[in-house]
Formats: sequence, C-alpha cells, structure tokens
Amino acid sequence: MYQYDQYDHAMVAARVADFRDQVRRRLDGSMTEEQFRPLRLMNGLYLQLHAYMLRVAVPYGTLSGAQMHMLGDIADKYDRGYGHFTTRQNIQYNWIKLDEAPDILADLASVEMHAIQTSGNCIRNTTSDQYAGAIADEVVDPRPYAELIRQWSTFHPEFSFLPRKFKMAVIAAETDRAAMRLHDIGIQIVKNAAGELGAAFYVGGGMGRTPMIAPLIREFVPIDQMITYSEACLRVYNRYGRRDNKYKARIKILVHELGRDEYTRQVEAEFAHLLTQGIEPPLAELERIKAQFADPAFESGLPDTLDRSDPDFAVWVDTNTHVHKQPGYVIATISLKPVGGIPGDATADQIRLMAALARDYSFDELRVTHTQNIVLPHIGKADLYAVWQQLNEAGLGTPNLDRIGDIIACPGLDYCSLANARSIPLAQKISERFAPREAEIGELKLKISGCINACGHHHAGHIGVLGVDRKGTENYQLLLGGCEGADTSLGTITGPGFDEDGIVDAIEKATEVYLAQRGDGERFLDTYRRVGMAPFKEAIYAKEPAHG
Amino acid sequence: MVETQLRFRDDEPVGDPAVTVDSFGDQTNAAAVRLEPGDDARDLLPHLSRIKLVDVNFPAYTDGRGYSAARILREAGYTGELRAVGDVLIDQLAFMRRCGFDSFAPQAPLNAADAAAALERYPDVYTPAADGRAPIWARRHPQDGNR
Repeated sequence: MYQYDQYDHAMVAARVADFRDQVRRRLDGSMTEEQFRPLRLMNGLYLQLHAYMLRVAVPYGTLSGAQMHMLGDIADKYDRGYGHFTTRQNIQYNWIKLDEAPDILADLASVEMHAIQTSGNCIRNTTSDQYAGAIADEVVDPRPYAELIRQWSTFHPEFSFLPRKFKMAVIAAETDRAAMRLHDIGIQIVKNAAGELGAAFYVGGGMGRTPMIAPLIREFVPIDQMITYSEACLRVYNRYGRRDNKYKARIKILVHELGRDEYTRQVEAEFAHLLTQGIEPPLAELERIKAQFADPAFESGLPDTLDRSDPDFAVWVDTNTHVHKQPGYVIATISLKPVGGIPGDATADQIRLMAALARDYSFDELRVTHTQNIVLPHIGKADLYAVWQQLNEAGLGTPNLDRIGDIIACPGLDYCSLANARSIPLAQKISERFAPREAEIGELKLKISGCINACGHHHAGHIGVLGVDRKGTENYQLLLGGCEGADTSLGTITGPGFDEDGIVDAIEKATEVYLAQRGDGERFLDTYRRVGMAPFKEAIYAKEPAHG
Repeated sequence: MVETQLRFRDDEPVGDPAVTVDSFGDQTNAAAVRLEPGDDARDLLPHLSRIKLVDVNFPAYTDGRGYSAARILREAGYTGELRAVGDVLIDQLAFMRRCGFDSFAPQAPLNAADAAAALERYPDVYTPAADGRAPIWARRHPQDGNR
C-alpha cells in the first residue's frame, strides 16, 4: 500500500490548515456562501437537505486496517454511528457540523487520508479495479498509475475550475471491473507487442442525463508520457468545454460535439507541445510508488481447499469469493446489502470489525468497490471460515454479490437536495421482495438513481430504475439491458413509469420473463440481449393500458 | 479603472490601457492587451515581443479558462506582466501564481493578511506549472537530472 512520505504529510496538513481558515472566514462573514461553496466542495463538503455531508477520499478504493478503523471512529464521533460507502469507492458521512469538519480532516490526516477534490469542478478521486494486486488477469497492478494521477491532479493549478467535475479510472485487466468507459477519462494499462507498458486512453464517457460510452482516442501512450497526455486531454477540455449550460459541460459533450477525431487531433497537438514542457514525473517516481504496491508476503504451499461442510458458508463462498492469483488465498467481498438494508451503509462497529479482520487475516488491506461493497483481498483459505463466522454474526455475511439484492442506490430524496425521488426505500422493498428467489434468479445487477444525474448508475444496470418527479409525485422509470465492463451497454427505457409499488411489480414481471425464457447458463442480461425488449415490455405492461 | 492590488514584479507598471484581442492586431503600437475567457491566448503568440502587459479577465472566478491562457503565454516564453483582473478571490491566488500570473487586480479588494497567508500556505507542489517551482517528484529524485 502507498505510504505518505514527508511531502505528502506536509501537503495534507497544509490542506487541513487551509480548510480551517476557509471555514473561519465563512463563519466570521468575510466570505459569502457563494464564494465558500466551491471551496468546501473541493474539500468534499456538501450541503444536503438536512445537514452537511462530508465525502472522504479513498484513493483507488484501497484502505489499511488503521484507516478503516478511523472511518468507524469518525462515524461515532462526528456522525450518527454509521457511514455510507459510495460508487466512487469513497465514504460519505451524512450528518456533519460545519465547524467540526476541519477536526475530521485532521483526524483523517493522522491516518494519511483526506477529502481533497472529492467534489467540485475539478479532477476527482481516481478509481480502479477493486481486485487490483489480487487477481491473475491483470497486466500489472493499476494502482501505482492511479497514485501517480492522484499526485498530479492534487491541487492542479490549471484544472481546479473546470467546466464540470472530472472523473478518471485506471484498470489493467481485460475484464473491466471499474466501469472504466463510463468515466471522463478511462485508462487501461496495456502491454504492446514489444512488451512495453503503455496507457490506452478512453475519453468522454459518463452517465448523467446524457449517458455516453467513452471512445478510444489513443491505443498506446508510452507509460512515461501518461501524465503529459492526461494534461493535454484536460487542457483542451478546460479551454473548450461548454460553460454556458451545466448539463452540457461534461467532457463527453465536447468530445461528442467535436467528434472523436477532431477532439483527438486537438489533444495530439497540445500533447506535442506539452512534451517540451517537462511535466512528466521521472520513471524513478513511478518505481518508488510501485515498490509500495509490491505483493504482501504470501505464503506458498498453503492448502488450496476449503471445508465446505457448513452449508451457509458454502453458499457465501460460491457467491462472494473470487479466485486469487496466489494458490491458498481467496478474494472475499463483504456485501453491504443485507436484506431490507440501506445499500452501502455500515455502522461504526461493522466498520471497525472489517478493519480488524483486514489486519488479522488480509495483510491489513481492504478495498471499497464501486458497487458499494467491501473487499478483503488476500484471505488465506484456512482462515476463511473464521472470517465468515465473524462477518455473519455482525450482519455482514449476506451471500448476494452481483445478485438482485446487491443493489447500487444513490442517497436519493432521503438526503440529496438534487433528487426527485427516494432511492433507499425502493431498494429496501426490492431487496425484501426478491430475497427468497435471489439464488434462482442468479446474476442480476440492479441500479437505482433518484434523479437523472445518475449517481446510482441506472444506465449501466441489467435492470435500471430512474426516479423522476411527475407532476409532484415520485415516479419510477424502468430500464433494461445496461451493463458496465468490457461489453459496456446502456439500458433502454421500457415505457411509461410506475409508482413505488408498481415498479417493484414491474421488476418482478421482468424477472419472470427471464426465468421462463432463459437458455442454458444465461444470465438475465444474456436473455435480454437474445430476445430483445418486446417480450419484457409485453409482460410488464399487460393488463394495464399503456397510458401516458 | 483596473487597480492592481498585488504585484510580484520589480519593473515599472505599464500605464497603457489594455485593448481587446480583436483590435490588438491592428494597433501595432499597443503594448497591453486584455484576454476574455473565450479568446484564444495563442492568437497573441506572434506579437509577444511587443507585449508588456496581458490582462486576463475572470468575469466569474468559477470560469477557469484564464488559467490555461496564462500557462500558454508563459510556456511560449512571455515574460511581461500577466495580470488577473475581475472576480479574483483569495483562494484562487495560489493557483493563479502557479499558472504564471504575477499581478492581481481584484474587483473587490482582498484582505491583505488573508491573501498573504493563502499564498504562503502550501510548502510544496505536486506538479510543475509556469512558476518554476520544483515539484515534489523532483525533490524526491534530485539525481534524476534530465528532468
């Protein structure tokens, strides 16, 4: 794991002092709320419906046990005893007092954490593959490249007042577990025919009200030019991205309006210029970072078998664990989606338990996933049963990874001032309705957003739900066929929307069509892609006239 | 009238009024020019040798195009005065200095002590820009002389 040196410590400490001073100037009236707003946002502090929300950065989703433990303590000390893990691999606290926010940042800094650029129109926390460093199918661990980007983008003087927010993801495996092509810049670290490392750049993806899958603009940027190329992509965007309409301000609109070829031409021209400016960190810096992501001291020759005699444990192993690159170890995902629970929420005690399990059984490492779960990346198979027992006792043993109950949901109208509809109660209803049939239905990724900003990734759900406001009442639209990953696709709206009970019934009808029509080994998504929308639509809207 | 509050240069300030980019090409005796957010700073590059002052206007501090304009001018070798005017606030000063601005004419005067504190706060920088400060990676690898 990356560890701060004196420079990183000094920068984060300066940020705490900086923010403390900004809060002072806001509270003493020398700064207006309008002037303060972007400053607090760049420190991850939002004003929500009921209180301030603080979003803490978890760079590329990787945490140590001590860091996780601190997240639990902060939940107790400054919030109401819980935290909410987000689709940006971050954690949010929903009940924060403004005057305590600088103290939280100081507590975070003590464990090498911060809230820098977790919001605002700047380069946000960079996300990555939650199985990085533990999975066999990666070319290389992507996190050192994400860390290089973290440092480059932190307090970037030119790109702190962009037209709109800017999200980057870095992966290094063929299997995309980070929704890479739904980011403003998605980078895939690849090897060319000569065995050299480079970065494939996908630019202009995103969700929101105009979802787009990022086109590939450069197949191979030499690895020692990756930062310079990123700078060129950003400069073209900063200069020419639209600022007249916030809904058209993301880079996806610029790339779409210019066309991929013209955008690429401008980036290449800027890149040629910037190569002369000496902005690329030396390879020695990348090597310094890489050394800190070296494999932990895996033991070789460990037994590679599991005792599956406890049937509940065996079910959890089948759904929530993944093959590790090192024989004798396993990757385990802790579901934060208990039946009827709030997706992504964990209590302070649960957070500290996960921290302790990481320390004792997973080389002191955890990951936050963009699907709002927690990964223990390196568990010895001999320890897995003991780990599961402790998780299960704490309400963290739900065996539903990638199943219909493993819902992504945004905070929705319960917290968010932008939302049109509630997401959480709907997620809870769906989770309860389908829990008995979850295993039968199999893999089905269901994602809920409470407004068209799409924080709940509804475009990328096998089943997506979008909450809208329809003449003053909450209304839910249903989408089918979205997918993130190597075969990224965007969902299609089935037709007229539903009320809260109607949408759950509609989802049930969709699952019944799937169960009736699925071929051998087909997931919901596969069946949908094979048979198309028509049979689903027919079943969903049967008996009810298709009124507007 | 644009009033400079902070200036980090020793030479005599330019008294000429700044003209727009459009008219600058025709007024061959003009030495001061004003860039609006939508202007292309690269239009000035053929004329850099006769420019002594570039005003970069920030009608709203949230419009960050002026940061790119400033760096582009410095990267092209411009050494004259580069002044940020308009909605220039305390918490943008450090970013602006890094992008090559060396004077500031905020439309609302800044608290001098708060401005000085904000400019001094960060001991280091992570990435190079137009101010010549060595980034942290250069401090970490002083032996890497080719950078």
